[in-house]
Amino acid sequence: MKIHEYQAKDILNVFNVNVPRGIPAFSKKEALNAAKMMGYPCVIKAQIHAGGRGKGGGVKVAQSTEDAIQIIDKIFGQSLITKQTGAKGKIVNRLLIEEAVDIDRELYVGIVIDRKTACPVMMASTEGGMEIEEVAGKTPEKIFKEYALPGFGLQAYQYNRLVTALKLEGDLAKKGISFLESLYNVFRRTDASMVEVNPLVITRSGDIIALDAKLNFDDNALFRHKQYLELRDTSEEEPSELEASKYNLNYIRLNGNVGCMVNGAGLAMATMDIIKLHGGEPANFLDVGGIASSETVANGFKILLSDKNVKAVLINIFGGIVRCDRVAQGIVDALNLLHIRIPVVVRLEGTNAVEARKILAESPLDFIIADSLEQAAQLVVSAANNGADR
Amino acid sequence: MSILIDGNTRVIVQGITGKEGAFHTAQMLEYGTRVVGGVTPGKGGQKSEHGLPIFNSVKEAANETGANAGVIFVPPRFAADAILESVDAELDIVVCISEGIPTQDMVKVNYILKQSNTRLIGPNCPGIISPGKSKIGIMPGFIHQRGSIGIISRSGTLTYEAVHQVTQLGLGQSTCIGIGGDPIIGSAFLDLLPLFEEDNETEAVILIGEIGGTAEEEAAEYIQAEFSKPVVAFIAGVTAPSGRRMGHAGAIIAGGKGTAQEKIEVLRDAGITVTLNPAEIGKTLKSIL
Repeated sequence: MKIHEYQAKDILNVFNVNVPRGIPAFSKKEALNAAKMMGYPCVIKAQIHAGGRGKGGGVKVAQSTEDAIQIIDKIFGQSLITKQTGAKGKIVNRLLIEEAVDIDRELYVGIVIDRKTACPVMMASTEGGMEIEEVAGKTPEKIFKEYALPGFGLQAYQYNRLVTALKLEGDLAKKGISFLESLYNVFRRTDASMVEVNPLVITRSGDIIALDAKLNFDDNALFRHKQYLELRDTSEEEPSELEASKYNLNYIRLNGNVGCMVNGAGLAMATMDIIKLHGGEPANFLDVGGIASSETVANGFKILLSDKNVKAVLINIFGGIVRCDRVAQGIVDALNLLHIRIPVVVRLEGTNAVEARKILAESPLDFIIADSLEQAAQLVVSAANNGADR
Repeated sequence: MSILIDGNTRVIVQGITGKEGAFHTAQMLEYGTRVVGGVTPGKGGQKSEHGLPIFNSVKEAANETGANAGVIFVPPRFAADAILESVDAELDIVVCISEGIPTQDMVKVNYILKQSNTRLIGPNCPGIISPGKSKIGIMPGFIHQRGSIGIISRSGTLTYEAVHQVTQLGLGQSTCIGIGGDPIIGSAFLDLLPLFEEDNETEAVILIGEIGGTAEEEAAEYIQAEFSKPVVAFIAGVTAPSGRRMGHAGAIIAGGKGTAQEKIEVLRDAGITVTLNPAEIGKTLKSIL
C-alpha cells in the first residue's frame, strides 16, 4: 500500500526521524491558511502517489501570500503529469505546506528487501535528488549498500560505513548514524516494503532532514498494523481496479481491446502474452483465482466490461481441483444474467473438460469454444479485430 | 528416480483440520501420497476426517510417525511460524502452500532455513509432484504422467498448462516443482536445478519464469556453466506493465528491472531455448530432444 508524503513524514516523525515542519491541506482555503501559518518562504507540494513531482511542476516555493495564492490555484484540483503518472496525470486533491529548508547538500537513502540475499538492504548515495534507478544505471559505484542481518538489523560498523560513504564527518556523522538507525526502525517496525528519503538534506546550519519521504507498506503485513489502513487514499487508485479488489479479484487495466479472464497469475500473464503474440492487444490482467465460480465469473465480467475498449473476451481456465464442468456452468449462469454483446471465447482445459464443452455448446448462449490455448488466442484476436471494424 | 520426493516420503499436514488442508489431504491420499498424520495445536490425540492421527506439534508428529516431509495449509499470518516449527522438527522437506506471508517474516524464515538442513518449497506455490509416486501439494494429479521431463516453475496453473502439454506429447514428467510466486522463497531455480542434473530419470527440463527479480538470470548462468541436459524456458509477462504487481507478490517490474525481455535475452545468451508462446512449451521441448 502506498501512502502520501505527508503521511509518511508523520510516521517518520513518530520514529524520531527529522522531517521539516509541515501542514497538510485538503482545500485551497486550508492551503492558504497553512502557508500563512508557516510563514514565507514556504514550500507547496502536491500530494499524489507518483514520483517526479518536482520536475512536473508540483513543488513550488512561495515567497509571499500573493505567491502562495497563485501557486495553490495552479496546482490544487488540477491534473499533475509526471514521469510516473502517465499522460493523463493525477488530480491533486491534497497539498503539503512546509517550511523552506536551507539546503547545503542533497543525499539519498533507501531501504528495501533485496530479493537475491533475502535481507533488508540500506542504500545510500551522495547523488541525492536524482532518481535512484538512474544513478544505479549510469553510476552504480555511487550507490553504497549495507545488508542487514535478519533479526539483528544493521550493526554499528555498518552505520559507520554508510555515513562515511555519505561523506558525513564529525558531528554530522553522529547525527547521520542516529538518523539512519531511526529510519531502519521505521522500515522494520512498520513492515514497510520500501522506505526512501530522497533527498536527505544537510542544512547550512548542520541539521539532517528528510526533505522528501516515501513509505510503502507490505499489504500482507497490514493485519498487524491496522492503524495504517486508514491512510489508504482510494482516490489514487484506478476505479475499476478498486472495484475488483472488493471482489477479491486481481485486475489491472491495460490499453488493448482483448479482455481476458484467467485462473492463476502466471497463466493470466501468459494469456496476455499469447494474445499479443497473435497480433492482439490485451485490455487487462485478470486473475480470478483458484475457484472460478459463477459469482467470480459474473464479477469478473462486470469489471471487464466497465472498460469500453474491450471488443472481445477470452476466458482461459485450467481446471485442476476445480472441475471444468462446474466452471462452464458458472460461465453460463453468469452470462445468462448479464447482457453481453461482444464475442466471448472460452477455453477450458483440465478436469472434466469434455463435459464442460458440452455444457457450453448446449447452452443457448453464443460462445466461441476453443480446443486449445493457441486456437483460443487466434479466435479472440480475430473476433476483437472484427468487432473493432464494425 | 525423481527428485525431492518419492513413494517412501512420509508426509504430515500442518492445518489438516482446516477446509483447504482437509480437502487436499484427501486428494494427496487418493493420489497415493503417504500422508501419515496432521498437526493442529489443541487437537492432539484426535483423528482427522481421513482417520489420520492429529498431533499438537510438528516435533511430536515427526517423532510418532517417522515423517520426513511436511506440507503447510495454515493462514498466512501463522505460516512463517509453521515453517520454523518444521525446521525445528528437522523435517527434510517442507512445502508451504499458504499465500500472503509478510515479506519480513520470510526474511527471518529464510535466514534460519540457511542454518538448517530443511529444504523449503514455496511459499505461495502448488507444491511438488513425482508422478506415480507422490504428490505434496494442490496440483491436479491426473494431468501428470510418469516420464523424463523435469518441470520447475514460479507459477501454478501455468505449470499445469506445461504439464498438460508434456503429457499430451507422451513424454511425461520426472518431478514437477512449483517454487512459488513470492519475492522470497525457500528454494529458487538455482537451488533445485542441480538435483535435476543428478537425477537419472530426468532427461530434460522445462523452466517457467516470470517478471520480477533475477532468479532466471541466475539460473541461466548456472545452466550455461554446469547443466548438461536440454532446457526449454518460457517467461511470462512480456506484456506486463512496469511498476504493477501482476498477481504474484514477486511478479513486478521494479525500476525498469526484472522485465521478461531482459530475462529472455539472458537465457538465450546462455544457450537456452526460449519459446515466446505458452501454447508451445511442450512442442518446443520435443523439438530439441
